[in-house]
Amino acid sequence: MIISIASGKGGTGKTTVATNLAVSVDGPVQLLDCDVEEPNAHLFIRPSIRETKTVTTPVPEIDLEKCNQCKKCAEICRFRAIAVLGDTVLTFPELCHSCGGCMAVCPEGAITEKGRELGVLEAGAMNGVSFVHGRLRVGEAMSPPLIRAVRDRTWADGLTLIDAPPGTSCPVIAAMKDTDFVLLVTEPTPFGLHDLQLAVEAVKILDIPMGLMINRADVGDDHVRDYARAEGLPILMEIPFDRQIAESYSRGDMFALAFPEWKARFREMIEKIETMTGKGAGAQ
Amino acid sequence: MKELVILSGKGGTGKTSLTAAFATLASGCLLCDADVDAADLHLLMQPVIRKRTEFQGGGVAVIDPQRCTSCGTCVDLCRWSAIGPDVVVDEIACEGCGVCVDFCPEQAIDFPIKTCGQWFISDTRCGPMVHARLGIAEENSGKLVTLVRQQARQLAEERGLDLILTDGPPGVGCPVIASVGGATSVVIVTEPTVSGIHDMARAIELCRHFKVPVMVCINKFDLNPDNSTTIERMAREGGLPVVGRVPFDQAFTRAMVQGKTLLEFDGNGSAASVLRQVWAAIMNTPAMTAGQQTAA
Repeated sequence: MIISIASGKGGTGKTTVATNLAVSVDGPVQLLDCDVEEPNAHLFIRPSIRETKTVTTPVPEIDLEKCNQCKKCAEICRFRAIAVLGDTVLTFPELCHSCGGCMAVCPEGAITEKGRELGVLEAGAMNGVSFVHGRLRVGEAMSPPLIRAVRDRTWADGLTLIDAPPGTSCPVIAAMKDTDFVLLVTEPTPFGLHDLQLAVEAVKILDIPMGLMINRADVGDDHVRDYARAEGLPILMEIPFDRQIAESYSRGDMFALAFPEWKARFREMIEKIETMTGKGAGAQ
Repeated sequence: MKELVILSGKGGTGKTSLTAAFATLASGCLLCDADVDAADLHLLMQPVIRKRTEFQGGGVAVIDPQRCTSCGTCVDLCRWSAIGPDVVVDEIACEGCGVCVDFCPEQAIDFPIKTCGQWFISDTRCGPMVHARLGIAEENSGKLVTLVRQQARQLAEERGLDLILTDGPPGVGCPVIASVGGATSVVIVTEPTVSGIHDMARAIELCRHFKVPVMVCINKFDLNPDNSTTIERMAREGGLPVVGRVPFDQAFTRAMVQGKTLLEFDGNGSAASVLRQVWAAIMNTPAMTAGQQTAA
């Protein structure tokens, strides 16, 4: 079973929930941190990294010996990543989406592909938690291919938790797509509600079952609960605002390890999700 | 004209609450919400929309079943597996590259341009505001951010305003890169948590990459004073001004619930007086005062 943990708004507690869930379950679990712009789960899990791999995306390389400046490559490219100027061809790799159109269309076979570095993928483990994350190179704009590289490590069976990036656009979609359940983490404030509504719409488009976790549940107002009721969204767990929890987070500690009653609550939530999806942790 | 961009790296550190508070403190500014993906500034500023414009993104492949002979060429060429065996395009997976359109031997694939958001010119009690809404599950957030910032500049010029306050998105990716280029300065709002520090460091690196001056503001500093000291040390080592330490205060949430900026909610409270000092410190940084003498 693959559970993605998402939110819309940043800073609602996605990483807190993903990491505490990972250390609360019995048996093997995999945690994939797909917030490749700002990966944070490793600061809490503190895995020993056993593998570091550069992730690249294919971009065109032009063999000017073979090129006859027919411009077909520039014409097919919707991203303006190739321009033919006189007898030379300019490529703009950072604009390239790696669709392969230029290579497919070139009648002279003058285009091959080389890898452009997007960032690194790191994998490791801590106790029973198998860990993978991506780290986008600072200055790089294109995160979805790196997110997909992390997602490619998803176990064929067993429990996989995905820590998704905030927002509702392409990086979040890449993180949540084809998962079995989306756990939306929100806070009961106007910002929390507004961004939750956007996230719910995104999950509906992907047609994935979802549930809510309300963090800092005792601040703000009641509108998130009213909305959940109206939408028929189950509230699977609530965490009150607790300065002790906030301080333990600030140090990089997981409160489920310090307070066993919370570990039990996280485990109960996983059981609820298993019941809702009809999938056990071991099922595909 | 100066543009101050509020970033954080990590989400939820208080970018939008502080941007709105600064808008109350600035004497005449233009607000720009560059978080087009999960915009929240309008919840505090209640903009009255004066002009609404559709944002055209890229194209999306649509296969006409009448003309399609199910030859499978498009399925083989598509690198996003966006075309299923039933030869129907998954719009969410479609990257908009149009390769299938050009290669279809039957010319059975249309490529309509998608409207993937809207942008707005509005009025608020603190001045004009330019903001946008990217459609759910859409791409091109960087392009929309660039457009919103261009429009903000143009409008500020028309209205004779010399300060743009831009509320940025979280992260360091595409929309953040689009928010940073050409800005006068960036304020990074961070919090004294391990993730706040980690993400701040990456956001600083990004600003350096684009050669934009950075200053740091520590929000909720009392949550972990040791980490706040670490942040100050990192800023000092990087030669970055620390413009303030804002205490953790539930008043921010209460102000948000009422749709007010912190200064409107409780202008006499301790957080409000700290924010006045922070704002004064920001406007006194070398980046924000540069060129003022010559302009006057």
